[in-house]
Amino acid sequence: MNIPGNLKYTASHEWVRLEDDGSVTVGITDHAQSLLGDMVFVETPEVGRKVSKGEECAVVESVKAASDVYAPISGEIVAINGDLDGSPEKINEDAFSAWMFKMKPENASDLGALLDAAAYRSVVESEAH
Amino acid sequence: MLKRTPLYQAHSDMGAKLVDFGGWEMPLHYGSQIEEHHQVRRDCGMFDVSHMQVLDIRGKDSRNYLSHLVANNVDKLRTPGKALYSAMLNGEGGVIDDLIIYYMDESWFRIVVNAGTAEKDIAWMEKQATGYSVEISPKRDLAMIAVQGPNAREKVWEALPGSREITERLIPFSAAEMGTMFIARTGYTGEDGFEIMIPAKAAPFFWATLAEQGVKPIGLGARDTLRLEAGMNLYGQDMDETVNPLEAGLAWTVDLKSERDFIGKAALLERPLKYQLAGLLLIDRGVLRSHQKVSTSRGEGEITSGSFSPTLEQSIALARIPKEVAAGEEVRVMVRDKLLRAKVVKYPFARNGKSLI
Repeated sequence: MNIPGNLKYTASHEWVRLEDDGSVTVGITDHAQSLLGDMVFVETPEVGRKVSKGEECAVVESVKAASDVYAPISGEIVAINGDLDGSPEKINEDAFSAWMFKMKPENASDLGALLDAAAYRSVVESEAH
Repeated sequence: MLKRTPLYQAHSDMGAKLVDFGGWEMPLHYGSQIEEHHQVRRDCGMFDVSHMQVLDIRGKDSRNYLSHLVANNVDKLRTPGKALYSAMLNGEGGVIDDLIIYYMDESWFRIVVNAGTAEKDIAWMEKQATGYSVEISPKRDLAMIAVQGPNAREKVWEALPGSREITERLIPFSAAEMGTMFIARTGYTGEDGFEIMIPAKAAPFFWATLAEQGVKPIGLGARDTLRLEAGMNLYGQDMDETVNPLEAGLAWTVDLKSERDFIGKAALLERPLKYQLAGLLLIDRGVLRSHQKVSTSRGEGEITSGSFSPTLEQSIALARIPKEVAAGEEVRVMVRDKLLRAKVVKYPFARNGKSLI
């Protein structure tokens, strides 16, 4: 299972990268994309929207099903990946480069609550049983 | 414990993503559902449909019994091997199941019913057989492999020596026996091809032989988008026991013209018709799914099957909407928390490799 060690995770299968400028980049994990299958539609949030940790803020739809993407932390959406609009399959091809949105965190403490790779791996493994 | 077909090990070995499909552990896809879909429209692919149930009806009253049992008219079946698609209705005119009947001779008709409804169907058929000299035998030792696509027949002929001579002249919707095998020019994809019943023990070898001929395995995911594009109903979604077949796009299969009586006929003649099954093309971005509400100029409706169409590269659906709504009308569909625009169209959406929209 592909779970890069340099990223943080949520139990709802988002990956989070802490950037040098203090922002965070968010996408869905390789495990999530493999469960959903071929992606056909991505709805990203609006730039400037303020979201709370755990709030639905994007949607990915595969041929099979729609799935919400949740804000991993509270804060403001500062950028979205417009490339996914025409090519949602990029999430299937490489989930960890196909980022969905960037956020400016509201509380630094939210970051500490994210899962590391080992903790996320055990979440995935426990779901398999 | 999930039931497994004789091809379970083959699916596992081929990297299938296996899911619970009505109590059966079946392949959803072997990598990419969209690629598998295109594979069937453009070349050919093979499906394990062994979860479906084959039944033989034997005995001197077979024709009279089926004439009473199903909504389509078995008197259309006069040439051995000819197939008929029909609904089987309850007394209220609701759909118990949809099925295919193959006529072999006056004392042998073969029926294929859906996996999820098989036990219910058999119980119903046994009950209705009172007074008829017929024997209903589920053939649980048969596997079924569908090979579908423009090149499907050629591939089967290459994989199965002797099959060309026996099946080359089969017209669409007819079948022939070949030893212990039963080969039908039928399918659920809108493409040419065969559905092949084969003894369970022989199925893995035949599957492997087809794979050696370059035939790719296709999962149930692509089977669903192929049948949706082809405008073919799925039992449990587009119709069920509460649904009038005349409001489910099945009027062409219900014989109300002949004098013949059949179960559900009287109820159908009395039920008022309010709805039609229509095609929808999503204009806005998103994906249509079953149970989404549809608002039309003539009232509310509901999507019965919706997905992304790989051939049209947009979302399509079958929807039960008021029967007065005409093709071309723009309607609104509640997709998650948004009202999206969709256009009513005549279906099928795609068949024989091409978009029909």
